[in-house]
Amino acid sequence: MRLELRNITKRFGALVANDHINLTVNPGEIHCLLGENGAGKSTLMNVLYGLYQPDEGEILLDGKVVHFRGPGDAMAAGIGMVHQHFMLVPPFSVAENVALGNEKTKAGIFDIRWTRKRVKELSKQFGFHLDPNANVEDLPVGVQQQVEIVKALARNADIIIFDEPTAVLTPQETNELMAIMRKLKAEGKGIVFITHKLREVREVADRITVIRHGKIVGQASPTATDSELAAAMVGRAVQLQVEKQPANHKDNALVVKDLIIPNSLGQAVVDKVSFTVQGGEVLAIAGVQGNGQTELAEALLGLQPKATGSIKLDGRELIGRSPRQFLDAGVGFVPEDRNADGLIGNFTIAENLMLNRGNEKPFVKRGGLHLGYRDDFAAAKVKEFDVRTQGIRNKVANLSGGNAQKLIIARELSKPLRLFVAAQPTRGVDVGSIEFIHKRIVETRDAGIPVVVISTELDEVAALADRVMVMYRGGVVGIVPADTPREVLGLMMAGISPEKAADAVGQMMGAQR
Amino acid sequence: MKVESRTPDPTWRDTLAEITSSGSALGIGALILALLAGSLMIAFTNAGVRTAASYFFARPGDTFAALGRAMVGAYSQLLRGSIFNWQATTFTGQITPLMNTLANAAPLIVAGLGVALAFKAGLFNIGGRGQMIMGAIASGWLAIALTNRAPLWVSLPLCVIAGAAAGALWGALAGWLKAAMGAHEVISTIMLNFVAFYLLQFLLGTRGLLQRPGTSNPITLPTAGSAFPHLFGSTFPVRWSLILAFAMVAYCWWLLNRSVLGFHFRAVGENARAARVAGINVARNTIGVMALSGALCGLAGVFQVLGVILTGFTDGIDAGIGFDAITVALLGAASPIGVLLAGLLFGAFKAGGGNMQAGEGIPIEIVTVIQSLIVLFIAAPPLVRKVFHFPDPRKVANARLERQAAGLSASQGGTGLDLMPGVPQPPEVFLAPVSPLQEGASHIIDQIGDN
Repeated sequence: MRLELRNITKRFGALVANDHINLTVNPGEIHCLLGENGAGKSTLMNVLYGLYQPDEGEILLDGKVVHFRGPGDAMAAGIGMVHQHFMLVPPFSVAENVALGNEKTKAGIFDIRWTRKRVKELSKQFGFHLDPNANVEDLPVGVQQQVEIVKALARNADIIIFDEPTAVLTPQETNELMAIMRKLKAEGKGIVFITHKLREVREVADRITVIRHGKIVGQASPTATDSELAAAMVGRAVQLQVEKQPANHKDNALVVKDLIIPNSLGQAVVDKVSFTVQGGEVLAIAGVQGNGQTELAEALLGLQPKATGSIKLDGRELIGRSPRQFLDAGVGFVPEDRNADGLIGNFTIAENLMLNRGNEKPFVKRGGLHLGYRDDFAAAKVKEFDVRTQGIRNKVANLSGGNAQKLIIARELSKPLRLFVAAQPTRGVDVGSIEFIHKRIVETRDAGIPVVVISTELDEVAALADRVMVMYRGGVVGIVPADTPREVLGLMMAGISPEKAADAVGQMMGAQR
Repeated sequence: MKVESRTPDPTWRDTLAEITSSGSALGIGALILALLAGSLMIAFTNAGVRTAASYFFARPGDTFAALGRAMVGAYSQLLRGSIFNWQATTFTGQITPLMNTLANAAPLIVAGLGVALAFKAGLFNIGGRGQMIMGAIASGWLAIALTNRAPLWVSLPLCVIAGAAAGALWGALAGWLKAAMGAHEVISTIMLNFVAFYLLQFLLGTRGLLQRPGTSNPITLPTAGSAFPHLFGSTFPVRWSLILAFAMVAYCWWLLNRSVLGFHFRAVGENARAARVAGINVARNTIGVMALSGALCGLAGVFQVLGVILTGFTDGIDAGIGFDAITVALLGAASPIGVLLAGLLFGAFKAGGGNMQAGEGIPIEIVTVIQSLIVLFIAAPPLVRKVFHFPDPRKVANARLERQAAGLSASQGGTGLDLMPGVPQPPEVFLAPVSPLQEGASHIIDQIGDN
């Protein structure tokens, strides 16, 4: 089935979210929509999926004009969508989720067996490993996404839209998804792939359309370089590689020794981890999501009260202390999940910027909040950290991902720092903001502060790290220099020791030669 | 009536957030709707209307005339009983209703503040009744013990402090159960209500404890010895407790809007995880806010014992105020000023309800029904918005942001600033106040609905 969008325009008040957009997707083609957060990609897809009605323009399927009044119409016409945030009912089984809204009945009775069979058939055909009886909440994120794909396929979708599908995936899961997309393509499905990750685009795309500020700014070839694509997306040359001098080590340091963190069942999720970060260097902690990095990061702010071992900052033992005491010791902390842990959505920007400083002098005057200082501080920080907002009294919930993250970075870097810990600092953040955030992290390092960056993105690890510590199943696989080849890091993330990983990669290279 | 589609199963926390973040328009709208619905019930319960309705088809005009009479009569009685009695001959008689209203309002306001404070920290304090009773027990006991033993300027402050402290203890207990044991405060506060109530019954029924000597009735000795002095002379029931209630309104406003403690309370209420990461001790704040909430409710108990019922009290000392406080807090959108106004309104209802029964033969329960209907309407903000064509506050905020963004991008067009990434932000960003989960759920509903 051939999809064509002609002159689609969607306005919200005075704002033009989509400005005369033309797009075609052919069967057996992966068409990438590349653009920053807020460029209008999702609006366009919501128009296509019937969630929004276009103000102008039309949608054609195989040359015929169609009108979608809702997602039901779009699905009936053969368009499926895999949302960034999954639309699954967690306690339901895979088959029940697939059947939801598309229930087959036999003599008036819900026939779940039919759906189970269908899930099995589709799994076989496309290489999923889905058990139709498994409960969705028990499945890893990558597999949950496969359920979403099967949901679309079970309704005979010919065109599948993937909305930022890799934002929640590990590198391995991402590779698996790429393989699935290629298989779908081989079966003649048309695929729209929305993303702002350049590597992925170049890997699978047949055609690339770049959107900026609601307009199509051009087509790009999959052979284009990262910096070409980034420049097209952002509208100016972007520095993908952060400029940084070799690390200038200072004496102050974070020393972690034999750190053990038990989970609620008493099993060690971080098992005897030891490392040192000198002032003036960045230690990147890499690993597949769920290998203990999250807990390790939390322990560095005292958020894991059951942690044992030793966390020494500038020679002072901090283990067993409260988050408040960690903060007072000079720890700046960027949490992994910024909306859940970093910000209070219904509070204003000004309030969020002083969230962890309620016990500090200029923010508090005679037992009360010093509102004047708070607002001046917020205005200055919003400017310094380039947070795009209409005012400091705006609620944080109204900020885009990149701006919300810059707000957290602003808050954490505005304190007198002795240690900076950033977990997934650029997850879900647009390219322009990534560049800015990386620059600030390197500046913090250059100011002589020990910096710990936890990231599942190898690009980010490569950009920031002076040394890389790879974690696997709660343990440290190895601490290696930043210029260690990506392939070696990848193998280490699967638990293979640095020496063996280097050997294996060396042999592979040799064999290729 | 088509009502805008809702998240299928909003948690009570979501609902609470919506109520407490809504403006005064919602409360007023709910009040009007409740009064209209109340009118219907007045009509049904009015004898004249029923008689006229029996020959409705013969002379329909009579029914409508009777309806009109019933409603005008009922609401004018309500007004005359609560604000101003224009039929009275003396000035004193004319303003007595207003004085009754103010006297009724004092305990409602402080108890309402207590519940509202807990709301702001994301906690549902259903234990106002128990905390009031504990406050009444402590201050009553002390007042009786100090009768004729200490001057008022010593005994009154002591009794007030004792009552507030007892309420605080009762509230803190529920807070501690939540913080340390994970017990949900709704359940624990309800249970603590029973404990307090039966404790009071035991004290009233046991010789040598609170029971009045020389009787076997469950009633205490008079507490008049430590009572709040009259504010406007002894003709009127208004006492200095009202001034203390106003002071508490001011204090709570300062606490929530200007103090570090209130900032932390609100942070815990909005997002406890983020508060914890910001170094705020969630457990300590939970216990602290419940203690303060309990103290204010305990104060309501003090107001009853030392301001309303001075001749000795029984197990009915709370007079339903502990539960009315929840309504007051909801109607006041959990803001101190809102609670002040809602407390005055409920005080007026209480004062005027009796008058309505005496003058028009309308059951006083109608007033309770109207109060309940107010809560019912408040709990369904979209309904009230639909009836009065109020805009959805979220949509208004989004529209405003869109306009600003549009203006921003327009102004940037000429300056070359459009090279900056991230601007303008498209509408999907502005829909963000709805959490992805909620959004997801509504998408699922949309999809199911369209199939």
